[in-house]
Amino acid sequence: MSTLRRMVNSFHRSKIDQEIDRELRSHLEMRIADNVAAGMSPEEARRDAFLRFGNRTVIKEEVAAADAPLIFDALWREVRYAARQLRRSPTFTTAALITLVLGIGANVIVFGVLNALLLRPLDVPQPTGLYNVVHQTPGYDSQSYPDFVDFQTRNTTFTGIAAYRLQDAGLTTANAAYRCWYYRVSGNYFDMLGVQPAYGRVFHASDERGPNSAPYIVLSHGFWVSHFDSDSRIIGATVRINKHPFTVIGIAPSVFHGTDVFIWPDFWMPMVDSPDAEGTDFLSKRGSHNIWILGKLKPGVSPQQATDNLNAIARELARLYPATDDGLSARLVKPGLMGDMIGDPARSYIAGIMVLALLVLLAACANLASLFAARTADRSRELAIRLAIGSSRWYVLRQLLAEAVLISLLGGVLGTIFSTALLRALTRWQPFPQFPIHVAVSPDVKVYCVALLLSVASGILWGLVPVRQVWATDSAQVMKSGAAGTMIFRRFAFRDLLLGIQITVCTLLVTSSFVALLGMQRSLHAPLGFKPQGVTLAETDMHMGGYTDNSSTQIQKRMLQEAAGISGVTAVGIINETPLGTGGSTTQVYRLGTADFRSSNSVFGAKYFSISPGYLEAAGTHLLTGRDFTWHDAANAPKVAIVNDRFARAMFGKTSALGRRFTLADKVSYEIVGVIEDGKYDSLTETPWAAMFFPLEQSPDTDTSLVVRSQLPPAEIVPQLRQVLTRIDPNLPFTFQSWPDALGLVLFPARVATATLGVMGFLAAMLAVTGVFGIAMYSVSKRIREFGIRVALGAQPVQLMRSALSRPLILLLSGTAAGLLLGVIASELLAQIVYQATPRDPLVLAAVMATMTILGLFAIWIPARRALRVQPAGLLREE
Amino acid sequence: MARNDLQGSLDLLVLKTLSQMGELHGYGIVLHIQRASEELLRVEEGSLYPALHRMEQSGWIRSEWKVTETHREAKYYRLTAAGHKELLKAEKSFEQLVKGVRAVLRYA
Repeated sequence: MSTLRRMVNSFHRSKIDQEIDRELRSHLEMRIADNVAAGMSPEEARRDAFLRFGNRTVIKEEVAAADAPLIFDALWREVRYAARQLRRSPTFTTAALITLVLGIGANVIVFGVLNALLLRPLDVPQPTGLYNVVHQTPGYDSQSYPDFVDFQTRNTTFTGIAAYRLQDAGLTTANAAYRCWYYRVSGNYFDMLGVQPAYGRVFHASDERGPNSAPYIVLSHGFWVSHFDSDSRIIGATVRINKHPFTVIGIAPSVFHGTDVFIWPDFWMPMVDSPDAEGTDFLSKRGSHNIWILGKLKPGVSPQQATDNLNAIARELARLYPATDDGLSARLVKPGLMGDMIGDPARSYIAGIMVLALLVLLAACANLASLFAARTADRSRELAIRLAIGSSRWYVLRQLLAEAVLISLLGGVLGTIFSTALLRALTRWQPFPQFPIHVAVSPDVKVYCVALLLSVASGILWGLVPVRQVWATDSAQVMKSGAAGTMIFRRFAFRDLLLGIQITVCTLLVTSSFVALLGMQRSLHAPLGFKPQGVTLAETDMHMGGYTDNSSTQIQKRMLQEAAGISGVTAVGIINETPLGTGGSTTQVYRLGTADFRSSNSVFGAKYFSISPGYLEAAGTHLLTGRDFTWHDAANAPKVAIVNDRFARAMFGKTSALGRRFTLADKVSYEIVGVIEDGKYDSLTETPWAAMFFPLEQSPDTDTSLVVRSQLPPAEIVPQLRQVLTRIDPNLPFTFQSWPDALGLVLFPARVATATLGVMGFLAAMLAVTGVFGIAMYSVSKRIREFGIRVALGAQPVQLMRSALSRPLILLLSGTAAGLLLGVIASELLAQIVYQATPRDPLVLAAVMATMTILGLFAIWIPARRALRVQPAGLLREE
Repeated sequence: MARNDLQGSLDLLVLKTLSQMGELHGYGIVLHIQRASEELLRVEEGSLYPALHRMEQSGWIRSEWKVTETHREAKYYRLTAAGHKELLKAEKSFEQLVKGVRAVLRYA
């Protein structure tokens, strides 16, 4: 009993409590003394004093309530008591902690990414009011330079609008050459963003005086440190970019990395300049959309007002320039996602994953709730005693809640530490060495706040579960019946419902991961319209060697000849941009005889590429009808094109497309000489594109991807390829990689989706196992005596198993069915990210059922063995 | 109408007592109120303490443990500057209450 007394004392004695007691006692003593002095007997004096004073217990409680500090004191006391309780049951505490670390950790990671990508403003001095201006059609986010200038000069709602585009180039100094990524930006870019140089100066709108008027660049701080050893003498020096001289005028501050969240460029160059001969042509072409524009709202202007303003301008431009600006419209989006190019898919994807992460936490809470409820049931005797000796139900509940919240906070802290480390690692990671991409997702205050909130909320969520248990406790009954067993085993406990929910959620998550994995598997084997296996790519932009579009064709011919001569090479070809690479260009296609070339008169928009003879064979693209190009399709020969099946059918229906003609906005008519199979051009999940291919000589391009097919592994081909290409021009920087490797960027979203879903599914499966295990173990342990008696009376193992495990099994099966159903619905969402993901696949259904059954059997195995091993004699002796 | 419930009246009595007597313990306050009101106002003695503690939390009074003339321990309360201000407010609103009630009683 002494333990109990100490426990009760620890509830009721605190410094402040004692002080209140002392004060009230002193009052009573003074009254008694006065009464005695007035002539009462000591007995009478006492009675009178108590009567005058009123109900001491009630008054003491009221005084305590008036003392605010006491509330904190009580809270601290509860926390200490809770900690003691948790230390006393290390198994429960460990299980709960692990569950919470996983559940909260997963959420913190996902929220960290969501925060960095969608919530955090750009790293510029005043990020408020910044928006990218894109078209209203989703996915159509680049603008033309003349349209940009008109938006800039005609609007009344922005303090400034700046333009930028991302490009790559070769940068050479006196003793080194690098391949760089840089931004070409409008002159007002730095001033509008309020970015001050760390050293030197930046350029301004006043520096722009027509094409190639401002041959200056501003280096990024990181590039300056890593490539110029932080040497400030570089300011004022001349470097060569694609062989053209540019002056370094300044270094950007270290925090500034441009206006895209994940891109870290090496330097900035005025947009009116170009190191390439044709690189400034677009400045006057209203039809070529290749810049992103970013505006800063005037103070007090709402995004809606600005959108209306821009749309009015767009309508005016459409009226003035119907051929190019027909249907022009504007929409404001959160800046920093490459003009919203990755905004739309990323938003729905991350939102989806966030929901899944919350579901994992919910499953974790359900798991903990059933564990906690079972624990409370085990402690029902202790709780009954506490209620019997006068503790209020509210007080007991608060105590239980304190335990739940305490352990949730602890789990939250551990989970946050673990996920912070992971987010930091993700930030350091550079997924694509050839691109300047950093996934900067270091957690900030917002992330920590969310972690705290989730911890407290989940603590309260599962801590409140035993409310009913405590409320229904009849102390006399519990103490009489001895072991807590009887009242707990109702036909259907709330705990069972929790387990059901948990299994449902887990099945949903497991379904999602299977769907994603299968979709990923399929997308790797989907018809791409080419066969990347066995192909090595050698890529360059011949601008970097000082060539123009027209002068590059001869060199490209030599490359083909030399590469074809390498032993083991079976086919070679050149394409300007590989499909599923950095993204080909699109243009509108018109029927022959069209006079008015506005885009609403076009048949469709189509991808277009320039290819050399032999490319189709090298790429493994099937020619359905017609012929491949030959070198006779030269610049002065009749204009010809090869189109894909979709193009042919959309334009000419079922009739043969061979020998038919179409036209483009350049008013040239092209004769179709071949039709090839459809393919993927931008992404694996795209809606099928029409595509057309022009002969290299009729549509020359400095962008060069040499496609080399061979039985030999890339490691053997690359050195020979490098050798022959260097012989042609030693100054041309080439990137070599196998085609499957190059597809990494395209497969990246699907890979990330699969990895995250895989992790979520794994977490969910773990939670399902622990949940089923916990409940089965508990039900066996509670009934072990009953089993002993039944065994003694001659019960068969099968009968025992049935009564011990039928409930967990029923829950497992019904939960799985419900989860599958939900999974089918939820995976519609998934199909947007993972190509060919469908949960209606019998294979997925079978896999999920098998997984859940195996997990369930695994979880039930140990409790079942325990039930079967019951030794009646031993058990009966124990009690 | 101002805060003129019973609670307000008890606060007023305590504040007034402390302002007149300087420093007093709870029992002393009870005795003073009974004596000064010529035994007309008899509060349940214990109910004084929640009020005292609440007023202390509000910063109107300050407390200190001291030894009485009869060598007992007792908690002594005294008025703070905020308490003086509160007393003036409470007196004013009580006078209004009395005026109001009297006016209603005279009517008819």
